[in-house]
Amino acid sequence: MIRTPLRPLARILQARAKGENPDAIERENLRLRHEEQRDRARKRAESRLLVLGVFFFAAFAVIGGRMGVLANTEPSEPRASVAGADILAQRADIVDRKGRILATNFETHSLYAQPQQMIEPVKTAKALVRIFPDLKEERLLKDFTGKRKFLWIKKKISPEQLQSVHEIGEPGLLFGPREMRLYPNGNLAAHVMGGASFGREGVHAAEVIGVAGIEKFYDERLRDPAKGHEPLQLSLDLSIQTAIERVLYGGMKIMNAKGAAAVLLDVHTGEVISIASLPDFDPNNRPRPPTKGNPSDSPLFNRSVQGVYELGSTFKIFAAAQAIDLQLVNQNTVIDTSPPLKVGGRKIGEFKNKNYGVLTVADIIIQSSNRGTGRMALKIGPKRQKEFLKSMGFFEATGLEIVEAKGGAPLLPKRWTDLSTVTISYGHGLSSSPLHLAAGYATIANGGTRIRPTLLKRDKPQYGERVMSEQTAKTAQSMLRKVVTEGTASMGDVPGYAVAGKTGTADKPKERGGGYHKDKTITTFASMFPAHKPQYVLVVTFDEPVETSGKKPRRTAGWTAVPVAAEIIRRVAPLLGLRPQIEPPVLSGITLTSN
Amino acid sequence: MRSLFVVLTAVAVIALAFWAYRENYETQAAQSEAQGIQNDIAGARQRLRVLNAEWAYLNRPQRLRDLADLNFEKLGLLPLRPEQFGKIDQVTFPPVELNGHLPITNPVDVSNMEQQP
Repeated sequence: MIRTPLRPLARILQARAKGENPDAIERENLRLRHEEQRDRARKRAESRLLVLGVFFFAAFAVIGGRMGVLANTEPSEPRASVAGADILAQRADIVDRKGRILATNFETHSLYAQPQQMIEPVKTAKALVRIFPDLKEERLLKDFTGKRKFLWIKKKISPEQLQSVHEIGEPGLLFGPREMRLYPNGNLAAHVMGGASFGREGVHAAEVIGVAGIEKFYDERLRDPAKGHEPLQLSLDLSIQTAIERVLYGGMKIMNAKGAAAVLLDVHTGEVISIASLPDFDPNNRPRPPTKGNPSDSPLFNRSVQGVYELGSTFKIFAAAQAIDLQLVNQNTVIDTSPPLKVGGRKIGEFKNKNYGVLTVADIIIQSSNRGTGRMALKIGPKRQKEFLKSMGFFEATGLEIVEAKGGAPLLPKRWTDLSTVTISYGHGLSSSPLHLAAGYATIANGGTRIRPTLLKRDKPQYGERVMSEQTAKTAQSMLRKVVTEGTASMGDVPGYAVAGKTGTADKPKERGGGYHKDKTITTFASMFPAHKPQYVLVVTFDEPVETSGKKPRRTAGWTAVPVAAEIIRRVAPLLGLRPQIEPPVLSGITLTSN
Repeated sequence: MRSLFVVLTAVAVIALAFWAYRENYETQAAQSEAQGIQNDIAGARQRLRVLNAEWAYLNRPQRLRDLADLNFEKLGLLPLRPEQFGKIDQVTFPPVELNGHLPITNPVDVSNMEQQP
């Protein structure tokens, strides 16, 4: 660039000649140069602003355009994701403690009709009735020829049925895919499984929802897509459950009982290894709840969890254990069990009005004396007895992971009088479920800590609150062992497994109140094995059993529940991996005292 | 110099455009392949579920018990009982092979220390 000189010589000379100030020329030129520079700078700044403006406009236009595109596009599934590969089942499987399937899903089809597309409704209705005999032909014909535009014919059909419906060749019959819940083992553990049915239904899919049992309790967990591929593992053992249900069913038939229940509990972890209630049902085809009659007679009724019964003399060990724990007595303390024992104006009697005379505490349990335990309970007093039973869980529902467990809250006396204290000490006046009883016996069996039964697999002991001292628990175990070796449960001995337990026979209260039935009993055998180191608790309960091999019908637990429980232990203990052991001998001549 | 730069830039743009075009199509191909594989996996899983369900159904205890009863003559299967547990000390030792030597019933310890250097 050629710079114009500020003082051009020609003009300066000219100006000098004219006598003007040459500095004016310089200033004039300087001003012009500055003006020129300013104009240039402004132009450049303006162009820069323009570029920046264009740039900003483009950026905002891109963002705005992208937003518009996103807002208007149809949502599409991500095509290349790894996470989606696992989630295919609508509902997670349920497996037993060894991973064997208890509940799974199965692809099947539903059948629906669109009558306006039908060509030969009459022929179709005939053909459908031939395939599904439970459908009514007139009804179908009315639907097909009427005004309806859509109707479900069958919710679930098998592949064979699908094929035969295909072969009708009717364009108005259509199929929709359905995922259905399948319980491959049929009736097994039916009360735990409960059942499932369809929730909201569409043509292309339907929700599967749990309607009872653990399916309903864990409905959200099972339907959670994030856990769809993780099966829910239960503490139940399929083969043990089978064996128990089979033996219990046989026992129920032999004993002519109306119903039966059995609970097998691990005393350290609180896991329910098996829980059975008979009669049962098929969860694949869950029957409707009965609309009339006693709901507890329905097969849907879970006797082991919902059934609250007065469980009779099985409670005596709690009174004895508490009296020993409070150091009111020891197992050799002598108590007079002879009549009369009158509490609150009521006489306390014995089985068949026997009189056992003077007995030690251990013998009171072995002979099952009502008056003996009653006298111990009076020493304990209502307040302490209440607290003790509460600390073992007899005041609330068991909290087992099935919805029915909430309905199994124990029935307690309204006023806990001295009379209630005495009757509860031998198991009358307080109704609880067999599962409650099993949890209470587990407390004795594991050395005195509270057990909360669970249906989920655990791998470590529960370590609940301490209910009684370990020494008391040991003493109670040895007394229970003697009930089997010398007392009322003599048929319960299984060689090699040292069963300990207590029988309980309770008269059934009349449904309309006002006393007890004379010839209807609830018999219970609560047991633990092996007695020298208990690992499992088994409770067997029969509803209205009659044993008829003798001259007179026998309705006591010793003749009904005990032999069945023994057979269950004989069958189940090897499956639990317990080897038959010779019981270690009791140390003679040494009495453990704690003073 | 300036024109060379322009030409080189144009060539680079064309080359990049070609590369992007190819990458785009390769990605699409890979995606559809992945989708196909996913579908296959889904199908396989579905089949696995059905097979698992069928396996569980065929192995249901009721059926196994009936089969054991049906084939009792051939197999003689019975429920496991406590008596069937054995103990290792109930098993007899296998008979000792004599090989012409008499069994040593009254062994005497003999030292051979002095033979060693």
